[in-house]
Amino acid sequence: MAAASVRPHRPDTEMPLYARSNAFLEGKGVKMPKATSTGTTIVGCLFKDGIVLGADTRATAGPIVADKNCEKVPARPTTAQIHYISESIRCCGAGTARTPSFNIELHALSTGRKPRVVTAMTMLKQRLFQHQGQIGAALVLGGVDATGAHLFTIHPHGSTDNSHALQLVVAAISAGIFNDLGSGSNVDACVITASNTEMLRNYVTPNVRVEKERTYGFRRGTTAWTREKVHSLIVSEEVRPVAAEAMDTS
Amino acid sequence: MDHFPTNWGRPNYDSFDTHATYPLHNRGQNQAAAGGVQHTQQPIVTGTSVLAIKFKDGIMMAADNLASYGSLARFKGVQRLHAVGDYTVVGASGDMSDFQYLQHILDGLVISEETTAQDGHALGPAEIHEYLSQVMYSRRSKMNPLWNSLLVGGVKDGDRFLAYVDLLGVTYSASTLATGYGSYIAQPLLRKAVEGREETLTEAEARTILEDALRVLFYRDARSINQYQIATITANGAEISSSLKLETSWGFAEGIRGYGAQTQ
Repeated sequence: MAAASVRPHRPDTEMPLYARSNAFLEGKGVKMPKATSTGTTIVGCLFKDGIVLGADTRATAGPIVADKNCEKVPARPTTAQIHYISESIRCCGAGTARTPSFNIELHALSTGRKPRVVTAMTMLKQRLFQHQGQIGAALVLGGVDATGAHLFTIHPHGSTDNSHALQLVVAAISAGIFNDLGSGSNVDACVITASNTEMLRNYVTPNVRVEKERTYGFRRGTTAWTREKVHSLIVSEEVRPVAAEAMDTS
Repeated sequence: MDHFPTNWGRPNYDSFDTHATYPLHNRGQNQAAAGGVQHTQQPIVTGTSVLAIKFKDGIMMAADNLASYGSLARFKGVQRLHAVGDYTVVGASGDMSDFQYLQHILDGLVISEETTAQDGHALGPAEIHEYLSQVMYSRRSKMNPLWNSLLVGGVKDGDRFLAYVDLLGVTYSASTLATGYGSYIAQPLLRKAVEGREETLTEAEARTILEDALRVLFYRDARSINQYQIATITANGAEISSSLKLETSWGFAEGIRGYGAQTQ
């Protein structure tokens, strides 16, 4: 075609078309939907030796499910929406802006003591107020510190045994998963006691997708090509996953 | 002074048109001028959730006895379940005056269709629900809704019927239904307890399920009271119980001291 010789050479590293159009729209002032974990189900339960925290695993961007298995009660400090405050203090919440998770660690170092849940709560409260957060009410902050086990915003169960509290948390999160459109997929739980914190990622998976009936890949050669040029750009490659697990793209 | 003699002796529009500046033909466009607001804008005296489930022998429906006036618990002896004909019970949440109007027209319907016509046909729950959904939708289309969410349940010729209709004319049917706060708080509990077991649940079990759900609603719905009635409809007909009282337990509060860090 005559036009082909006039077209400028396109580098292989150029942004794909969808990203270019999204960037163009954003430049024009269109707001891109942000994946958040609001509309979520979170639960906390106090038992004799500690607390159990639970959360569902659906992250939504408006009416769309953005991540089917996001981590809402993280094991380590991550950029997830629901936060690791310290080893023995976790916080579940919907749409929290930024947490003072590192502040707590610094505070603990300067006081020389294990951080207290009331400290985390006060810092959170003050930070959220700065952000005019009505989100404060949607937080579940729990942990075990030198003064005992504390849970804020959910009333205590009061049992002596952890498994009953855990069952109650699972039942509550499941009710959210099946009856609330903003929550879904799996149940994550976290059991915090004075001696240790146990992270139970995907503790219950009641929504496993059925096995696909066939493979849907296209055979090589389905699309014909006229010319082939291979540029070897990768000298060496080493994959180090940043997140604890790969995103589910099925 | 009103300069238009044709307005002397007629309703007074001083609240919005002090100097009679509106010409005659424009009068009455303001709602206040037309003798009060004629199109329902908001519910005034309201009832909260109604719950209903299907069980082995029929339908069971429950509602508390409160009609609230905003945040005031105004009328505590109100029956929000109404038997229509021999086969149906209608439970209402929302505006109680609109419900009283519905009760009036439903009673009139039974009189004209059954008692007067005497053609051997009786109105069952499906007919009542269809009639109500037509009425509710036509009112909404005239921008003058009957501000209610209704549950219609009954048994006729061995078939159990349970459906919902509301101020928008929306209808749906399931083996567990709830209106108002019940649809958020009680519905998950009802579904868990009933789904799959509609053919085997006994009357006593169904009663327990509804009572437990009502108890949770009394704890969590700020516009409810612990006095309620249960309607049971089986092949033997519709029966609405007398007022019952819910037992509640507030002992958990003893362990709670203050808010947040202030645990005095």
